[in-house]
Amino acid sequence: MEPRAIFSGRLLPYLLVLPQLAVSLIFFYWPAAQALWQSFLVQDAFGLSTEFVWFENYVHLLQTPEYYQAIGVTFVFSALVVFFSLTIGLLLAVMANHNITGVQIYRTFLIIPYAVAPAVASVLFIFMFQPGLGMIARAMQRNGIDWNPVLNGTQAMILVVIVAVWNQISYNFLFFLAGLQAIPKSVIEAAAIDGARPVRRFWTIVFPLLSPTTFFLIIVNITYVFFNTLGIIDTATGGGPNGATQTLVYKVFQDGKVGSDLGGSAAQSVILMIIVVALTAFQFRYVEKKVHY
Amino acid sequence: MVLRHYSVATTLAVTLALATPAYAVTEIQWWHAMTGPNNDVVVKLANDFNASQGDYKIVPTFKGSYADTLNAGIAAFRAGNAPGIMQVFEVGTATMMAARGAVKPVSALMKEQGEAFDPKSYLPAITGYYSTSKGDMLSFPFNSSSMVLWVNLDALKKADIAAPPKTWPEVFADAKKLHATSPTCGFSSAWGSWGLIEQFSAWHNVPIGSKANGLDGFDTVLEFNTPLETKLLDGLADLQKDKSYDYSGRTNTGEGRFTSGECPMFMTSSAFYPNVKANAKFAYNAVPMPYFPDVNGAPQNSIIGGASLWVMGGKSPEEYKGIAKFFTFLSDTDRQVYLHQVSGYLPITKAAYEKTKASGFYEKNPILEVPLKELTNKPPTENSRGLRFGGMVQLRDVFAEEIEAALAGKKSAKEALDAAVSRGNAMLRQFERTAVK
Repeated sequence: MEPRAIFSGRLLPYLLVLPQLAVSLIFFYWPAAQALWQSFLVQDAFGLSTEFVWFENYVHLLQTPEYYQAIGVTFVFSALVVFFSLTIGLLLAVMANHNITGVQIYRTFLIIPYAVAPAVASVLFIFMFQPGLGMIARAMQRNGIDWNPVLNGTQAMILVVIVAVWNQISYNFLFFLAGLQAIPKSVIEAAAIDGARPVRRFWTIVFPLLSPTTFFLIIVNITYVFFNTLGIIDTATGGGPNGATQTLVYKVFQDGKVGSDLGGSAAQSVILMIIVVALTAFQFRYVEKKVHY
Repeated sequence: MVLRHYSVATTLAVTLALATPAYAVTEIQWWHAMTGPNNDVVVKLANDFNASQGDYKIVPTFKGSYADTLNAGIAAFRAGNAPGIMQVFEVGTATMMAARGAVKPVSALMKEQGEAFDPKSYLPAITGYYSTSKGDMLSFPFNSSSMVLWVNLDALKKADIAAPPKTWPEVFADAKKLHATSPTCGFSSAWGSWGLIEQFSAWHNVPIGSKANGLDGFDTVLEFNTPLETKLLDGLADLQKDKSYDYSGRTNTGEGRFTSGECPMFMTSSAFYPNVKANAKFAYNAVPMPYFPDVNGAPQNSIIGGASLWVMGGKSPEEYKGIAKFFTFLSDTDRQVYLHQVSGYLPITKAAYEKTKASGFYEKNPILEVPLKELTNKPPTENSRGLRFGGMVQLRDVFAEEIEAALAGKKSAKEALDAAVSRGNAMLRQFERTAVK
């Protein structure tokens, strides 16, 4: 007799995964299929007239220079946000992992920003950076810095990067801290006895052992930047000036919701979906090889 | 146990009976985008109307910004439960109008329901924006404003400027003079596309696009990349270099720079008035928009901004009856006079304007009459009746993007305007295709 024969039916395993399958079907595959279908249509805002146009929306899209600008903006924005939110999150986690008095209080305060909705975070920063009104903006103007993110694209980009990073640091901090605490003290102590200084201990022991966490966070952060920063960009810059902060997802929103061009917008979201899937697949294929579990 | 069940059932039955009135009241949903004091005005209007009769109940619901409200309405229509009345901002007019079957023209509604309705009693500068070229009113004007130049009189005095500027050359010269005392911003403006392209064209009696700015058909072509428009943008881009002019964004979020005293000259909506009154700690005034004196016939008349009420299609006859009655209620002269005076928005009927004038209200509040004088400066022409471009909400963003490129020095004024026109035309063609024929 095989020991696995506790449940004989083949049905039960399927039943057990059914809820998860249903969730994926309803909330991912169904909308994705709809987006795909919509991307072949040209339709008015109210859905009163519909025309099937095959790949016309895609062709049109690939002929607009603004679309390529949006791709460039997205990659610059993602690289900056992922890099800064990960490094700062890691730095803070390493600091908060020391045995210092009141460490719990520091940790709590470092986690709080994650509870702030992206759009709200944006408004908070606008208050500080609005030319002529915001505290920081006025301080910069007094010191001769020509601060005007509504006209200067680089400054607008800096502003949205700051908000997006600030909003994401807590999340990264939390995971890095958990990762750090899971590293056995004995390994680090052994290295210390061998004479390795803190910096060397970090790079040769802690950082490699953290790699599963880092890898996970890179993927989560990229998804965050690609999709969840919509609210930040909408409230802080509206994609401007002159498209300087218009990311791919913001353009999907602009063309679909503001421009009521559902077909063009759907075509963009299909392409966006392909990009994110490809990026994630690439990371699992190549980057994950460097991860030590 | 049984007894307890009975009592629960009875309580439920009684509650239900009490909740359902003996007579049927027709509820009419009104989706709007008014915040702050103007939201109170909306609620008060609904309450007053509901108290004035017992057959209909207007239920106002705040749906977010103008764009959010429009999107919510579109989504609701697609899902089959649109509100009866929807407040849509002026640039959404073409989108609504193209949706035949989704909306019911106001003139047709009033006729069907036998409500007394004379389109001529409304101010043509306002209703023209919301009417067909034949003069049939499509939507009911609710809140209207126009664009004016706000000036900080104290700052002007300090810079030795005797009177607020009247023309663009004067604005440019004054902005440079103000640079000495207001180094970060001599002059600024809000609502880039509305002020620098739409109002500017109407005020100079030049077209934004063919077919009477799109009022006569969706096959309109943009044509504002003219030497005149280039001259304006060139002038501003030049001033932007040393911040004699400083751009304040696409919407009105930068308006605080006027009330804080940072920008002594600021071109924005006349609806900014309540805010200025509450916050400006200096002597101020609002004057008509500047113009180029070498343009024949300038200034012409300004156009409106704001929103109107659209009646959605596919509703029951009772609902339409109620909506028609509500519009008659809104058109009442005394009610219009009151609305004008509390909200700072313009009156929509001639009678309300005359009555306010006769009461001496404008002598005490001359600023409120400035936009009205602009709107009625001359009888509207093809170029100054209004505009109707499909997808105008996004067109405005495209225009603003190109204005930004010119002001930031990334493109010349001419290049930016050419790009705005060609990008805009591509969008218009796409819209024309989807518009219900």
